[in-house]
Amino acid sequence: MSMDAAQEIASLEFSEVVAKHRQQIFRFLLASTRDVDMAETLTQDCFLKAYRNWSGFRGESSALTWLMRIAINLQKDHWRNRRLQFWRTTRTNAVDVDEAGDWLPSNESSPEQQVLARERIKDVWRAVEKLSGRQKTVFLLRFVEEMDIGDIAETTSLSEGTVKAHLSRATAKVREQLGGRK
Amino acid sequence: MTSEMNRKNSPVDTDLNDPMLQQAMRDFRGSVHAWSEAAFNRPRPVLASAPHRTAWRRSAAWVLSLTLSFAMVGTAAYEHHHRAVVAREQQHQQEMERQRILAQQREKETEELMANIDSDISRQVPSAMEPLASLMTDDSR
Repeated sequence: MSMDAAQEIASLEFSEVVAKHRQQIFRFLLASTRDVDMAETLTQDCFLKAYRNWSGFRGESSALTWLMRIAINLQKDHWRNRRLQFWRTTRTNAVDVDEAGDWLPSNESSPEQQVLARERIKDVWRAVEKLSGRQKTVFLLRFVEEMDIGDIAETTSLSEGTVKAHLSRATAKVREQLGGRK
Repeated sequence: MTSEMNRKNSPVDTDLNDPMLQQAMRDFRGSVHAWSEAAFNRPRPVLASAPHRTAWRRSAAWVLSLTLSFAMVGTAAYEHHHRAVVAREQQHQQEMERQRILAQQREKETEELMANIDSDISRQVPSAMEPLASLMTDDSR
C-alpha cells in the first residue's frame, strides 16, 4: 500500500470519527462552559488536535474516551489562559443559569409540569456551578453523557474509586440544592 | 440522542435512590441535550461573525486602545515639540547675548577710536608756531 493510500484511509477513518462524536464532544463542552461560541471553538480545536495526533492513536481506549480526554485538557488550558489574561475575564459569552435552564426536551408535558421541570433544571445548574472543576467534569460525563464509571476513570485519568467519590459529593450537592424545593 | 430518549430512565439514574433527584437528572439531561441539539444545528454564516456583545466589546477595546495610542503619541510629540521650542528659545537668548556683547565691544572700540582722533586733531597749533601763538594771545589781552 502506498503512503498516500494509507494516509487517505486514515483520513477517511478520522472523518467517520468526527461525524460520530462531534456532537457529543460539543455537548459536553457546552455543558461545561455554558458558552455556545466557546464550545464550538474548543470542539474545533479538539478535532484539530486529534487529527494531528491521529496517527499516534493506538486504539487502546475508545475514540470517544480519547477525544473526551483531549476536550477536557483543552478546556483546562483555556481556563488557565483566561486566568492569566485577567483582562479577558469580562469577555465571556456564557449564559447564566436561568437562561440555560429554559431549555426543555419537548413540549408534550403540561405548562405546570414545564414550570416545575425548569425550576428543577435551574437548581441542578446552580448546584453544578458550585462544584469543583473535577467534580463537574465527572458529574457531566456521568449524568449528561451517560458514560460508565470505567470510561470516566479512563477519560479523567482517575481511579474508579475517586470517580465514585466525586460523583457522590456532586450528587449530594445537587440533592442539597433540590432540598429547598421538597 | 433525541429528546424522546431523554425522557426515559437511563442506567445512570439507578445511582440515585431519590426519585426526585432521578427526575431532576432526567430533566437536566434532556435540557442539555435539547440546548446542544439546537446550538449544534443552528445555521452558521460562512464567515463566522462575532456575536453582538463580543463585537461591541471588541470595538470598545479597539477605540480605547487607539485613544490610548494617540494620547501616548500625542504626549510624546508635544514633549518633543516643547523641548525643541525651549532649546530654540535658549539658542535665541544666547545669540542675543552674544550680539549685545559684540555691540558693546564695537561701541567701546569706536569710542576709543574717536577719542584717539579727538586727541590727534585737537592740537590746533603745530609746535613750531607756538611762540607766535603766545604773541597772539598777548595782543588779544
